[in-house]
Amino acid sequence: MTTDPRPLRPGRPKPWNDPRVRSVVFQILAIAGVAWIGYSLFQNTVNNMESRGITTGFGFLNETAGFGIIMSLIPYDETMSYGRTFLVGLANTLLVSGLGILLATIVGFIVGIARLSSNWLVAKVALGYIEIFRNIPLLLQIFFWYFAVLGALPGPRQAVNVGDIAFMSNRGIVLPKPIFEPGAWVMGAGLLVALAITVVLAVWARRRQAATGRIFPVLPISLVLIPGLPLLGYLLMGGPVSWDIPALGGFNFRGGITAIPELGALLLALTLYTASFIAEIVRSGIVSVSSGQTEAALALGLPARRVLRLVVIPQALRVIIPPLTSQYLNLTKNSSLAVAIGYPDLVNVFMGTTLNQTGQAVEIVAITMAVYLTISLAISLLMNLYNRAVALKER
Amino acid sequence: MKKTIITMGLAATGLLALGGQAQASTLEDVRDAGQLRCGVSNGLPGFSQPDSDGNWAGLDVDTCRAVAAAVLGDADAVEFIPLTAAERFTALQSGEIDVLSRNTTWTTTRDASLGLNFTGTNYYDGQGFLVKEALGVDSAYDLDGAAVCTQAGTTTELNLADFFRANDMDYEAVVFDTSEGSAQGFDNNRCDILTSDTSQLAALRTQLSDPDSAVILPEVISKEPLGPVVRQGDDEWFNVVKWVLFGQINAEEYGVDSSNVEEMTDSNNPNVQRILGADGNMGEILGLDDDFMVEVISEVGNYGEMFNRNVGPDTPVGLSRGVNALWTDGGILYAPPFR
Repeated sequence: MTTDPRPLRPGRPKPWNDPRVRSVVFQILAIAGVAWIGYSLFQNTVNNMESRGITTGFGFLNETAGFGIIMSLIPYDETMSYGRTFLVGLANTLLVSGLGILLATIVGFIVGIARLSSNWLVAKVALGYIEIFRNIPLLLQIFFWYFAVLGALPGPRQAVNVGDIAFMSNRGIVLPKPIFEPGAWVMGAGLLVALAITVVLAVWARRRQAATGRIFPVLPISLVLIPGLPLLGYLLMGGPVSWDIPALGGFNFRGGITAIPELGALLLALTLYTASFIAEIVRSGIVSVSSGQTEAALALGLPARRVLRLVVIPQALRVIIPPLTSQYLNLTKNSSLAVAIGYPDLVNVFMGTTLNQTGQAVEIVAITMAVYLTISLAISLLMNLYNRAVALKER
Repeated sequence: MKKTIITMGLAATGLLALGGQAQASTLEDVRDAGQLRCGVSNGLPGFSQPDSDGNWAGLDVDTCRAVAAAVLGDADAVEFIPLTAAERFTALQSGEIDVLSRNTTWTTTRDASLGLNFTGTNYYDGQGFLVKEALGVDSAYDLDGAAVCTQAGTTTELNLADFFRANDMDYEAVVFDTSEGSAQGFDNNRCDILTSDTSQLAALRTQLSDPDSAVILPEVISKEPLGPVVRQGDDEWFNVVKWVLFGQINAEEYGVDSSNVEEMTDSNNPNVQRILGADGNMGEILGLDDDFMVEVISEVGNYGEMFNRNVGPDTPVGLSRGVNALWTDGGILYAPPFR
């Protein structure tokens, strides 16, 4: 056993022995390595495409698309550009994801709470729902709703008729379309005013309750105000809305608004599938709240519904929000399965048809990836902000 | 620490190799692999469809087998890679397949901007409409307002839009990613019409739950020359694929088929001698054996045999030769001479 004869030197070690310097150097090297890999991949791709005579660049976005799209939220026809097909697909993706997130949250919360119900039947039905929908692949569920359920509806000529104004067939649901005439703005203004009053009222009622303990019935009042003011506007302006009622003509219904079955099937599948996961997240969140909290609230004489709304759920949200965020991201990304049933989402229209008509695979895949990344980051950001707002504030 | 540096160095060397991928000869690659990778449709009766044992059959499949017979001397040395319409060009561009034989229409954009070369036409087609008999429609000009099932990323989708626009009619395009998907949509009454190349319509019709309930309308609204495709920039390979098909068409013209190819090598017809490699060096200048067409004809057959076996009048698809007859029989099939 020998001892180190050198004395311990005071001060900083040599740079190559300094762990801090080393860690910085290696991190710079790692970043440089990653950047170089990225650069050489890019160069390699560009060179290969050039040597194979493949056109590159984003000029194709201005060329005429020339194909039809079954559903678009923005004006579109075949004479418009590939850039426009991108926007049509993007809008359809955002529509189905947005509606899906909203509906899945509602269904998920209801089922999650029902799962904990003291009523045996309610709890078991919720359990059955969760286990069935969580364990069947989403693609199968999409096919099921599309081909087995909606596909089994009768054709347009035998459509299910609701009072001669709305029809349901295997071509979708056709509803009357409102046509706003001059003066209809008063109704819109009425709606805005009603919403503004509701918000102000809610803030005021909360402050008053905090100060005095008295509860103000905001919900019933807003339920009257929000449909009431636009209706008042409608009556005042002498009914400035007419309806475009669908009628059977030729092959299908003409006029009205059509909700295509592809949207319905995709929305149903995404909602029910994601809701089964959200239900479990909600249940775990509620279970995580100590039962002492519920007992204390009940001991104060609060009714059970208020215990849930004011005591349990706010605390459960802290556990619920982070996994809920990833369910929202999953739902958005899963909406790209639309291509299987022909719902014209971004992947179907842009990465399917547009890519194939132009052959610009690299550019189109890059744009599509960037879009999904942006949507995902935006959802994450919003949910993190919300999470911060509801997080436990330690004072 | 030393270990880390060595690992990083190794990783960097590996990446360098990846960055400097060399442009190789497809013919050599196929020979080295001992197998031809051929991109085909993922299930279209008569053109490319696997049977219950997983053996692929069809006109497009036979075109792949003919190339494998010419290059490797074995028509079975083919790996069939099923592709959707939307995947096919990327698979060829990226080198995942050596040849694409998947009822693909030859168009300017595809030829000029996708880095592809069309080697010829193995089926002259045109786009048509399949409609349920019960609708009582007998002309494509009566289709105003119809819902139309079609396949994503095809020329069909564009011709459809052109046709309805040119005739000032409305339509609703229900677009699926596979041809079976569009046929299923039609079968389930999601749409009134199915549109595709007429050969495909005939093939898809056989898959309907009740094939007799649907009829193909008389109008053909476009030209669709279908044929094998290779990557641009490899002329040697381009020539090989091109001349295998030309060889099969020439063989039919001169009466060479799989049953008589052995005797025909002794034929005193100079055209037959050149096709079968008894005279001249056609194989050598293509980079193949001189008797490569003997291999192709004996294993796969001439164009007419290939047609009759897969899509001809005696098959479930039941297509007549029509314009796909030889030029000597009043059709437009006219291959350049072996000379």
